[in-house]
Amino acid sequence: MNKMQKALAELSEMDELAARQSPIHALHPAAKLIATIAYILVTLSFDKYDLNGIVPMVLWPILLFQISGVEVRTCFYKLRIVLPLVMAVGLFNPFFDKEIMLRVGGLAISGGVISMITLMLKGVFCLMASFLLMATTRIDNLCAALRKMRVPSMLVTLLLLTYRYVGVMTEELAIMTDAYHLRAPGQKGIQISAWGSFLGQLLLRSMDRAQELYSSMMLRGYHQHFHYADIKPFKARDGLYVAVCIIVFLLLRYVDVAQLLGGLFVR
Amino acid sequence: MHMADALLAPAVAATMYVASTTAAGVSIHHLKKDDEPQKLPVMAVTSALVFAGQMINYTIPGTGSSGHMCGGMMLSALLGPYAGFLSMIVILAIQCLFFADGGLMALGANVWNMAFYGCFVGYFLIWRPIMGSKWFGEGKSAQRARIIAASVIGCIVTLQLGAFSVVLETSLSGITELPFGAFVALMQPIHLAIGLVEGLITSAVLVFIYESRPELLQGVDLEEGGSAKRSLKSVVAIIAVVALVVGGGLSLLASSNPDGLEWALFGNADGGYSTNMGLDEENFGVESSVADTAGSIQEKTSFLPDYAFPGSESAAGTTVSGIVGSAMVAGVAILICLAGGFFRRKKKTT
Repeated sequence: MNKMQKALAELSEMDELAARQSPIHALHPAAKLIATIAYILVTLSFDKYDLNGIVPMVLWPILLFQISGVEVRTCFYKLRIVLPLVMAVGLFNPFFDKEIMLRVGGLAISGGVISMITLMLKGVFCLMASFLLMATTRIDNLCAALRKMRVPSMLVTLLLLTYRYVGVMTEELAIMTDAYHLRAPGQKGIQISAWGSFLGQLLLRSMDRAQELYSSMMLRGYHQHFHYADIKPFKARDGLYVAVCIIVFLLLRYVDVAQLLGGLFVR
Repeated sequence: MHMADALLAPAVAATMYVASTTAAGVSIHHLKKDDEPQKLPVMAVTSALVFAGQMINYTIPGTGSSGHMCGGMMLSALLGPYAGFLSMIVILAIQCLFFADGGLMALGANVWNMAFYGCFVGYFLIWRPIMGSKWFGEGKSAQRARIIAASVIGCIVTLQLGAFSVVLETSLSGITELPFGAFVALMQPIHLAIGLVEGLITSAVLVFIYESRPELLQGVDLEEGGSAKRSLKSVVAIIAVVALVVGGGLSLLASSNPDGLEWALFGNADGGYSTNMGLDEENFGVESSVADTAGSIQEKTSFLPDYAFPGSESAAGTTVSGIVGSAMVAGVAILICLAGGFFRRKKKTT
């Protein structure tokens, strides 16, 4: 399976997850989007040494994973992209920040280690939140919600159209890549003689395809505005979900839950 | 160069969102003014193609590695800066939403670092002036050389600006302890090489388009002059040789100084930087508080001597009760997982 086929599999997996039924899937996309943004903002606002504070933030995504029935495994597969960069930045912290901040039974833990772990947790939590949004929301519903939130029509329509064509183009390029490698066995990647023509040929065909696409859109009554078939109304329960989420996030932000819970048992 | 959410503080993320949204607003305004509704599907198909095209591995001759094309320059050369910018936003949004490449809150910063520089700086300051110039003379071969020069210079400059912005945004967010200078020294040279390769690949595709359908390229003079034909391969080879010479010269120059990261970590006494990073190369890893701690742990590893936790009250306010509390949070999380599994099993049986 080449890189593009893997990407296609990943895309279709996200589509399948988003098409499932659950109480989280049933929520209004705008409510989920607002809650996700609030969660990420609160998670990012924790101090770099506030490991205690950030740990309880894991509860919200875990709760959502359980209610929505989405497997955590799928999300953690995506960590391979997020974690290396976050780690590359965070791994320097223990070298530069060596002030001892905590001693546990003779083990000295420096501020750099704490800030590195906090940074990694932030990366994982934010990924889980964005993943949960897309795993429980179909792209057309999200686009409809974005339009309701006054995001310009041009941008939203472009997002929707591009998403539709990402599948088509990726599939075509996957076939082309396979065909190229079958004709050039043992070669890694595209050789310099085909650098231009490989993608260029598909690009030229695609330009013609775009003209045909525009003609077909016009024939179906497109007049610079895209009509969404399934627009969900924003119900009271959606508002309640947003309100509860924001209150819980703020509580988690300003009340040290880990400290409180621990204080019940340790003095 | 995609930044993750964790690398940004909320204030920096919000600032970058405002900057990128403003640029998007200006682009939408310009496109609306042009009133070309047929451009939207072209933008969609081209951005989908660029999205997929960025996954192609191009073999770099003479090395075992591969490179990718530069999306921003390619889109602005094909669609113009405004349409190219919007297309890049959409590509970055799809990468972030479906492939976790980037982050939802970091989208504003990523758009700025990759789309803004690639489309606006790349087009207005590099592509358009070079394509409108008389560099390399007249005729088709000169036009090809201009496309290659504009793509390579464009990719190098825009990637350098993007990499510098990544460093600036991460440092302003207070995420990394890596000093600003060391971070810059780490990021810029890597992106110089990446920019060069990406520029060559992008230029190869754009030259192919120019040969087949020149009218698709922005800012290209369609009047054909002379006939002296220079093959793409030879132009690419010339630029590659120039790059190797320049790169070799730079590396010779650089080799007289310590490596960027080494310099950053241990300082350069000759250059007067011995104290700026606080690490002692001679003693690094030999005598340090961490080594002392590790030694004391080794002495005590058979059984934990006691649970007195000396000095457990820390500057960060992290206390033993905090750790116990975090462990309890983990317990609660496991309970939620078990409860979820229980409910799902129950649902299946009904």
